[in-house]
Amino acid sequence: MARKITIEPVTRVEGHGKVTIHLDDNNNVAQSRLHIVEFRGFERFVQGRPYWEAPVLVQRLCGICPVSHHLAAAKAMDVIVGAGTGDGLTPTGEKMRRLMHYGQTFQSHTLHFFHLCSPDLLFGVDADPAIRNVIGVALEHKDLAVQAVMMRKFGQEIIRATAGKKIHGTGAIPGGINKSLSDEERDEFLKGADPLNIDKMISWAQAAVDLFKDFHSKNKDMIDNFAVFPSNHLSLVRKDGALDLYHGVLRAVDSEGKKILNDVDYQDYYNHIGEEVKNWSYMKFPYLKSIGKKDGWYTVGPLARLNTCDFIPTPLAQKEFEQYKAYTNGKPNNMSMHMHWARLIENLHAAEMIKELLNDKDIQGKNLVTKGKKVNEGVGLLEAPRGTLFHHYKINEQDQIVMANLIVSTTNNNEPMNRAVTHVAKSVFTGKPEITEGMMNSVEVAIRAYDPCLSCATHALGEMPLEVSMFDARGDIIDVKRK
Amino acid sequence: MSKITFEIDGKECTGKAGQTIVEAARDNGIYIPVLCWYEGMKPAGICRICTVRVGGRFMAACTTPVAEGMIVENEIPELEDMRKAIVEMLFVEGNHMCPTCEKSGNCELQALGYRYGLMAPRFPYLFPKRKMDATYTKIMIDTNRCVQCRRCVRGIVTKDGKHIFSMTNRSGHSTIVADPQLESKMSDELAKKAMDQCPVGAILKKEVGFAVPIGKRKYDVTPIGSEIQK
Repeated sequence: MARKITIEPVTRVEGHGKVTIHLDDNNNVAQSRLHIVEFRGFERFVQGRPYWEAPVLVQRLCGICPVSHHLAAAKAMDVIVGAGTGDGLTPTGEKMRRLMHYGQTFQSHTLHFFHLCSPDLLFGVDADPAIRNVIGVALEHKDLAVQAVMMRKFGQEIIRATAGKKIHGTGAIPGGINKSLSDEERDEFLKGADPLNIDKMISWAQAAVDLFKDFHSKNKDMIDNFAVFPSNHLSLVRKDGALDLYHGVLRAVDSEGKKILNDVDYQDYYNHIGEEVKNWSYMKFPYLKSIGKKDGWYTVGPLARLNTCDFIPTPLAQKEFEQYKAYTNGKPNNMSMHMHWARLIENLHAAEMIKELLNDKDIQGKNLVTKGKKVNEGVGLLEAPRGTLFHHYKINEQDQIVMANLIVSTTNNNEPMNRAVTHVAKSVFTGKPEITEGMMNSVEVAIRAYDPCLSCATHALGEMPLEVSMFDARGDIIDVKRK
Repeated sequence: MSKITFEIDGKECTGKAGQTIVEAARDNGIYIPVLCWYEGMKPAGICRICTVRVGGRFMAACTTPVAEGMIVENEIPELEDMRKAIVEMLFVEGNHMCPTCEKSGNCELQALGYRYGLMAPRFPYLFPKRKMDATYTKIMIDTNRCVQCRRCVRGIVTKDGKHIFSMTNRSGHSTIVADPQLESKMSDELAKKAMDQCPVGAILKKEVGFAVPIGKRKYDVTPIGSEIQK
């Protein structure tokens, strides 16, 4: 009898989504989909508001990486106020924003690896859900839990010092920033009491990479073969090809490493990126126009960034990057679970960048804002922790926003996540008479690798019910299981 | 000027003839909340948040002059709850989105909300349909946030004494508008003054916003009234 399996909600991801898996009469997977069931509407209700309000307004999309939206909108507004892109700002304006961004990358990557992902790695996907969670990690691996909390706190404090608040600050304004770093703030991060100083953060970020590599060496079969499928990869890279999470040009490579989008200016992103709408999800499906809707989909995020960039401009992360690239003989890495490896290398890079910026005199400058001739349209892109984030605005002559288009990181990863779900569903559900906890969680593990922010909304720790409903061919429920 | 002796909540105070209760209370280190009152501006008694009880009667402290031997009740539960109710009514009858408002941290309505521990209003939200008027040259008027205090109407005038702002419509639909011609000739200083005098975020000076970092805003560190209370 044909059946439909629903996994709702998908847990330990940001926001809410559900998965449906349709099985045919022989228990083979006929179709699987990741549905995004929330609708946010920010693109509409930002309309009519003054343009300088956008960086503060749109960051309310998310409580985990609001800095990404704050900065992407501010970058678009830089263009609108005539401050240009990236290097158009004053050194203090640009470097304070970079510090804010690397601070949030550090806390977000830490949150994902330790709080959301590590329970699967430390206890295994088949483990009892009662211990396979962040509380279980705290009970069984106390040192690791303390590291996670302190690393996240450090990143959050960097955000507070640059944006004014740990969540939803106001630091970035059109054309620059509204504050620089004081001596006291800088010294607190550079020489703070153990463990809250940057040197300890770098050593812990290095240890996290080593932890993953150790786990990888013992679990090669799972890490190297789970949800592996060829994909295109897209990200910003610095003009010289370096990894740069704040600013750069758009580059995409195919699964073999051939450049399919060659370092283009992102102000013209709409000439290169299209968005397809499907009737079963509120999330759009972006694609590269040059390749088309069918095959033009791409992956963004840590895996994609390490596939598109040529090198990492900080020493410790570069050393890890070389080892990481050697594992695939320099070819793009298409193994979904290697996303965690890439994310931890980026986390190390973020920590190194924070140190470099803290030691830069420009961070304490007084020249905060630059402006030029106002124009009516601007695009701001950056590499959010979860991947490339697009903000595009148009304003009228009265300074009101009349159009906003946001392509958030998780939207870019929509198709790859669906592919990962299908891939895993086919391998774990096919021909199985019963659905187990481990099978359901395998699907979630595949989604979780992408660190999706399904609604770009704050995620609460608490009881998260997982409901699986089985439907017969007529659509009637024949069994429901909850955990 | 003759000295007047009076009492607020049992504390002996002195004032000058012609002073209002609000003014005299401030001189004596006693805070009476205000919204439509503004230092140096002729009082209008519109918002009633300064309501005190004098001889058993409720009076607007911003328009009532002090008198010899006057017994004023100010910080008593009944009045404090009424004031809180006024703040709540102002919140529900407009569309106040503090998280994205550039006046946040400098907003007197928000600061009063914090002072009175406003967690959720006792009245239902009205969600009125109001507009953002961006047609002006130097400023924007966001009528979603206007509390009809008329500070701008009374206090923002040209050098030759012309009032730039006025009220339009009636009752619950009344709101502020600016004379387009006079507004377009406003100096940057006057536009900034209009924004600063507005107790909420209804008047915004164009092209600047969020320029003061969190931590340096008026009510970031100390609550409203603490600059007066001794």
